[in-house]
Amino acid sequence: MIKAILVFNNHGKPRLSKFYQYFDENLQQQIIKETFQLVSKRDDNVCNFLEGGSLIGGSDYKLIYRHYATLYFVFCVDSSESELGILDLIQVFVETLDKCFENVCELDLIFHADAVHHILSELVMGGMVLQTNMNDIMARIEEQNKIVKQEAGISAAPARAVSAVKSMNIPQQIKDIKLPDLPQAIKDLKF
Amino acid sequence: MALKKVKGNFERMFDKNLTDLVRGIRNNKDNEAKYISTCIEEIKQELRQDNISVKCNAVAKLTYIQMLGYDISWAGFNIIEVMSSSRFTCKRIGYLAASQCFHPDSELLMLTTNMIRKDLNSQNQYDAGVALSGLSCFISPDLSRDLANDIMTLMSSTKPYLRMKAVLMMYKVFLRYPEALRPAFPKLKEKLEDPDPGVQSAAVNVICELARKNPKNYLPLAPIFFKLMTTSTNNWMLIKIIKLFGALTPLEPRLGKKLIEPLTNLIHSTSAMSLLYECINTVIAVLISISSGMPNHSASIQLCVQKLRILIEDSDQNLKYLGLLAMSKILKTHPKSVQAHKDLILACLDDKDESIRLRALDLLYGMVSKKNLMEIVKRLLGHMERAEGSAYRDELLYKVIEICGQSSYLYVTNFEWYLTVLVELIQLEAGSRHGRLIAEQLLDVAIRVPVVRQFAVNEMTNLLDTFTVSAQSNSMYEVLYAAAWIVGEFAGELEDAEKTLNILLRPRQLPGHIQGVYVQNVIKLFARLATSCLELQDLPGIVRLCDHVLDKLQHFNGSSDIEVQERASSACMLIEMLRSQLTATATETATLTDESSMAMETTESGIPTLAIEIVQEMTLLFAGELIPVAPKAQRKVPLPDGLDLDEWINAPPPEDNPSSSSSEHDKEELFVSAAQAAAGTEAGHDAGHAGAGKRRKSLELTPEQMERQRLARLIEQSNNPHYLKSTNASASASGGGASNADQYDNIDDIPITELPLDMDGVAALRVGVTKRSDKYLQDQQAAAALQGGGDGKDGKKKHKKSKKSKKAKNKVAYNSSSESEGEPKPLHIVNTTLDMPEGVSLSDSEDKDGKYDPNDPHRALDIELDITDFEAPAASSRSTSKKSKEGKENLKVPAEAAANSTAKKEKKKDKDKSREHKRERKTPTQPVVVDLIDADTPTPSPRHAPAAANANDNASNNSFSTSTTVLPDATSAEHHKQHKKKRNKEKSKESAAAASASGGIIDVEDESSTLVASKTHKKKHKKEKSRRMEKQEESESTTATASASLSAADYEQPLGISTPSKEIF
Repeated sequence: MIKAILVFNNHGKPRLSKFYQYFDENLQQQIIKETFQLVSKRDDNVCNFLEGGSLIGGSDYKLIYRHYATLYFVFCVDSSESELGILDLIQVFVETLDKCFENVCELDLIFHADAVHHILSELVMGGMVLQTNMNDIMARIEEQNKIVKQEAGISAAPARAVSAVKSMNIPQQIKDIKLPDLPQAIKDLKF
Repeated sequence: MALKKVKGNFERMFDKNLTDLVRGIRNNKDNEAKYISTCIEEIKQELRQDNISVKCNAVAKLTYIQMLGYDISWAGFNIIEVMSSSRFTCKRIGYLAASQCFHPDSELLMLTTNMIRKDLNSQNQYDAGVALSGLSCFISPDLSRDLANDIMTLMSSTKPYLRMKAVLMMYKVFLRYPEALRPAFPKLKEKLEDPDPGVQSAAVNVICELARKNPKNYLPLAPIFFKLMTTSTNNWMLIKIIKLFGALTPLEPRLGKKLIEPLTNLIHSTSAMSLLYECINTVIAVLISISSGMPNHSASIQLCVQKLRILIEDSDQNLKYLGLLAMSKILKTHPKSVQAHKDLILACLDDKDESIRLRALDLLYGMVSKKNLMEIVKRLLGHMERAEGSAYRDELLYKVIEICGQSSYLYVTNFEWYLTVLVELIQLEAGSRHGRLIAEQLLDVAIRVPVVRQFAVNEMTNLLDTFTVSAQSNSMYEVLYAAAWIVGEFAGELEDAEKTLNILLRPRQLPGHIQGVYVQNVIKLFARLATSCLELQDLPGIVRLCDHVLDKLQHFNGSSDIEVQERASSACMLIEMLRSQLTATATETATLTDESSMAMETTESGIPTLAIEIVQEMTLLFAGELIPVAPKAQRKVPLPDGLDLDEWINAPPPEDNPSSSSSEHDKEELFVSAAQAAAGTEAGHDAGHAGAGKRRKSLELTPEQMERQRLARLIEQSNNPHYLKSTNASASASGGGASNADQYDNIDDIPITELPLDMDGVAALRVGVTKRSDKYLQDQQAAAALQGGGDGKDGKKKHKKSKKSKKAKNKVAYNSSSESEGEPKPLHIVNTTLDMPEGVSLSDSEDKDGKYDPNDPHRALDIELDITDFEAPAASSRSTSKKSKEGKENLKVPAEAAANSTAKKEKKKDKDKSREHKRERKTPTQPVVVDLIDADTPTPSPRHAPAAANANDNASNNSFSTSTTVLPDATSAEHHKQHKKKRNKEKSKESAAAASASGGIIDVEDESSTLVASKTHKKKHKKEKSRRMEKQEESESTTATASASLSAADYEQPLGISTPSKEIF
């Protein structure tokens, strides 16, 4: 079983956290911090396994991680998982991200945290490995993206119509909006 | 209505979406908490609107905020609203939020049952898929019960995607609702042969998880798995199956035999390291389970070890790590095969990777021999000096002790060396949690290796002197406990007992239990010093000693720890008593000196016999040898025939006063045992172990004492109907002064308030003669030099010199004049002096015996040596044969040979566990047991091994069968815990906010991303993909922000998956 999947950057900023066992938010942050401290002080040329921290784990649990450029991908797993298998799973996860975001980088994970979660949910479900074949994973993701696009097409139509007359009646919120945000909002609507 | 909707859509356009939120947070990194709290306010506004898209957007933002550590459970109801949306986009966001923040104890979950059921039965497989994924994270027992049937139906869905997810989901259902397992199992089994490999793999996965907790029930599935293993090519599934077999083989040896061949084939054929590794692991498990009766298993072991060697030699650190890990499993059963690769493992000790070094350390246990132990330990100590992480240092420390102490110090040839290693460990470590462990080792070595005691006491004196208790040294102060006990117990070995006494008396901030030991051992040292003064007929010396100790004990008397206080005050009482005797006669002799100039000649009469007796009694208290006793030796004591513990020993008392009816003779017996028991418990306190050592009290010396005490007791008992035996026993434990204590009890007028007053007097009167104390000290030092002249082994003379100079300063404290302060005391002790006389005359005969008392430990030591030999053959025989000081080699060689042969036989037995238990250190236990050591000695004989092994097997079987019942309990306990956590959430949220507000890490990335953001706004027409190009342009154009953009480029850096190692998938 996988207990948790954490992605954070070289400074320990969380980019994705998925716990398959409940911890309250405060404890989650502490776990991330502790894991970061454990992992970040390791050289790149040492092995990718280490004993879990005190907060998460216990003797049966291991941290298995990979370090890509600015990001650490850490899986906390128990002894029923194969260490090398999990390493390969991390590789599959990252490769899938790479395909979905086309040359994935940390910014993609920052701005599309939800999408990353959706991708992850095609690999691991409730702490158990669901699918390891990347083609299958990609097929599932693409099919779901298609549905989302379709739905956006329908619901966005009135929004687009409204956008034509938006200058006539500007609601209160416009005051709150920083000017640079506006073009981005419009851009998003064009999907 | 339509207008409203249009308006809603319109407004939505201007809401912050997730991207805006992320950007905003990055722009406000200085006051992130404040920014997020305003965002949460906005989100609350949005959630109040009717438009589902607005809510959906708000929930998406909340999910992000949750990742940053904010509690969003307050929005639970809104999340459920979003989950129930008919649109897939919203549903997916809703389920994601739910999976992140709901937990099985959420009360809101009961609202979701029908909605989730609807989603599970949806026409769109992705609706159901999303629902299953979300549900797997927060499913509760109620939901499991209500939805089990729906999920089971999905297991036979036409869509493999749903079948796969449903199969995995069932495992979560089983965990929360175990009753579902029985009806669902046939279907699960069916899925093992599903046409879709994904579903198959999922089913294998679930059964593996189930079998891990309760393997016995899944043995019947072995044939199916066997077939899968030989036919499947899916490495992921193969790994799972092979792991499962590893769990099953201990239960069914026949399975193991069948597995060896296909596994060996796989080992030879596969190119995937992960599969190879798991195969080796399972082969090892098989070989462990069928350690005997396998014709060619040595070939398999050889194959495994060879393959592991390849792994360890690989440049990939991961393979190296795993190779060592698997090697340690082989070590347990086939140490010889591993020892062949000693070179490789020792090389790994120097690996740059800490994890690998740790694994190599695990293996060291089996690598040491008498020849290389010292070298290996030296190497480990070197590592410890260099190591940074305290966890790694702790581990090293533990390993050093483990490899040295294994099999009763089988490989330690020089115990003085081992003691210096232990001391070095203490000095090296500034944050260790193994203080207690080292303390136990020190005690164990000192008790079990008599020849090393002289060395030990001097080392310990140095340690007591130089060790500084800092806040950092977590538990290392525990060694003081051992050190103080050793110097006290083996005071006879001390070179300079007075120096040690002063060190112990030095006021220090220590935990109560250690101070307690200090006080106790101060008395021991005092008794020893007083005896040596007696021998020298040095009356002023004793008086000065008394005053000095009394004075210094005040510090302990004022301790907040009740135990320390009690010990210190009883010690004070004892010494005061002695002192009053001395001063009483000192004045007499003073008058005598006026009359005759030959007074100094007659010191023998100058020291009152009563005082001599007290001193003798005190030394007697601590005389006798402590013998290591097996922890379970007590159980080996056979129940004597005709002993019925439920029977009355004496007829029940006819009167209401329970014990006064019995005859006098009976009483005496009773008291003797009580006194013994009290002495025993004291020793127990000192030793710090569960069991207590036996004081061999020479009972023939004390019948007079007994007589007096018995009389006192009779009086008291008749006066006090609520008499508690234990209180009196502890009072009587103070040996010579026991009768006095009893007297106090009787008279019932102990002037407790006057006692401190008296002490003040002592402190106030510290004015007097310096010269005498000097002379006393010199005498002492000379005596000590004479006694400990032959030592000279430790090269720590520097320490001693410095201590001597310190002592010179301390001397001022000695200066209490005996005559002047003696006066107040007799007031209290008059009674005792009145009571004593009969004892004095009677104990005269003891006088001569008493003079040999200080040497008594030595004599006892020589005798006990043989017993300790039987107890710990390896330990003591090694040391003595090496040092050959005792001239007892002839006696020991056979014992050594016997020990060796026993050890060899046992190794062959392959029952490592039973062996370890048998050879467990024999620590001192109940005092009563000592006589039965011989009964205990046959334990290490191999005869017992098979029985113990059977017991082991039984135990493991039992643990399997009980694990089923444990499972639900564990989950419910978990629920309870989570419930508690939820209550604490408010608090934790606040603290988290505070923490992030003060946030420590400088976040370069945020600056750079601001740049990124503004840039993208300018070039809005460009697609996301072109971002990197922009950044590069920017970095070229603006040299001023070069560093910032550099780090921006850093984030743009592709994650570098150029080396896909897809050996599995």
